[in-house]
Amino acid sequence: MSARPRLPPGTGASLALFVVFLAAWEWGPGLLGIPTYIIPSLSEVAREAVRMWQLSHVLMHTGVTTGEVLAGFVLGSLLGAVIGYLLGMSPPTEVALSPYILALQIAPKVAFAPLFILWMGYSVYPKILVAVLIVFFPVMVNVLTAIRTVDPDLINLARSFKATRAQIFWKIEFPASIPALFAGLRIASTLAVVGVVVGEFVGGNLGLGFLLTFGEGQANTPMVFVSIVLLTVIGGVAYLAVVLTEQRVLHYLPARNTDRRVG
Amino acid sequence: MARATRLEYRNVTMRFADAAGRGVTAVAGVSLAVGDAEVVALIGPSGCGKSTLLNIGAGLYAPSKGTAFVDGEPVEGPNAHVAFMLQKDLLLPWRTVVENVMLGAEIHGQPRPQRRQRAQELLDGFGLAEFAARFPHQLSGGMRQRAALARTLAVDPSVLLLDEPFSAVDAQTRMVLQGDLARTLTRAGKTALLITHDLTEAVTLADRVFVMSARPGRIVEEMTIDLPQRNDPLARRRDPRVNDYVARLMDRLHIGEGALEPHGAECGA
Repeated sequence: MSARPRLPPGTGASLALFVVFLAAWEWGPGLLGIPTYIIPSLSEVAREAVRMWQLSHVLMHTGVTTGEVLAGFVLGSLLGAVIGYLLGMSPPTEVALSPYILALQIAPKVAFAPLFILWMGYSVYPKILVAVLIVFFPVMVNVLTAIRTVDPDLINLARSFKATRAQIFWKIEFPASIPALFAGLRIASTLAVVGVVVGEFVGGNLGLGFLLTFGEGQANTPMVFVSIVLLTVIGGVAYLAVVLTEQRVLHYLPARNTDRRVG
Repeated sequence: MARATRLEYRNVTMRFADAAGRGVTAVAGVSLAVGDAEVVALIGPSGCGKSTLLNIGAGLYAPSKGTAFVDGEPVEGPNAHVAFMLQKDLLLPWRTVVENVMLGAEIHGQPRPQRRQRAQELLDGFGLAEFAARFPHQLSGGMRQRAALARTLAVDPSVLLLDEPFSAVDAQTRMVLQGDLARTLTRAGKTALLITHDLTEAVTLADRVFVMSARPGRIVEEMTIDLPQRNDPLARRRDPRVNDYVARLMDRLHIGEGALEPHGAECGA
């Protein structure tokens, strides 16, 4: 390993592709004769972003959505992890509960959004709840699978040292499950945005999801684009935060080439 | 030899249900005793229940019939007198080498400075002092197995149960590790039951060798290895009498008659 971190091959091409994309966005619609209300050019979207900054409280809406995403992600992951560990440690509980958890997973959770609005009104809570429901499952499944696949010889090793059930969990099972937990959290970080936006679509007058539908109602396509870009940024930052935390926590693993892979 | 018995199996039988739910007898009526500071090797075909015996000795399985005794007390569960080591090093990847060595003492609740000092001494003894703060993936297979041996010794067991501890490392490393083990066992006066497939390993490391039959596993032969230098398997290896013992074991196991065991690696032993 050299002292200076070298960028992996392909980084240049990736950046070039980004520039090409921006250029195509700016000049492509004009050249192809696509009207502004279908695809506004990059500069029009940028102008709209400035206008929204000045007049539409876009920062406040972004803040509300970010807060909901964060709350949904943290609560949903926590719930998923706790239930995953409990089910992983108790096979009878898993057998008893898995049909219901599976039913909950199969039910399209975004369809619950109107129901939650009915229950909780036009507040931030129904949005958070939709995110919690969506985030819960991937985290739980990853944790459960990880606990199930811990090498039984490792458990026996701890048992041979007379470890208690709690010691086996904290010294063997929990640390062994961390890589899978983070795989679940990566998925969760992007799904949390989906859950919150759907909640905002359905009701209320706050958040980027609201701005998006508002822009749609006014046929303000640039506004829709600005909202989409900001939502993407929120999801990207959340994902990046998980990946950076993962790299710090899993520092003991051999260096992998897969770290940059989207997963 | 008039020495105290450290580990004893008295008429031990073990039955399992196999995948199809049928009863399978892994071990049938095994009795054997290992004296203080004695090293006994156990050889036999795959799937003959050698690992089952080891797990019974470690208190991980309860036998269907019979009893295992350690230091004269019946084994009723995992106990502090026994420690085991497997072919897999079972080092925890998230712990440094020294933290891995301390695992047993940590579970036993020994104070941190004390267990760290003990672990450091063991690592020094195995030439791993400078790797104490490394993570397992940064070590070679041989070093990892040394660390596993250090972890086994760190809880100061009176009996070591070793299940093919060196079968996953290359031949040269294996000879070095066999030397480590033999010296350590002799110096610390530890009692050991060594399961192995390697007949030369059995003859060079052990005081006595037991041969087990195919499933259901029974003891079919007991052989005392009457050779000097049990603490130096490399020196023993040069002794031509080793070949005679190995030849007798080959005959007893019917190696050379061309038949492969029907059970294969079913129970991994």
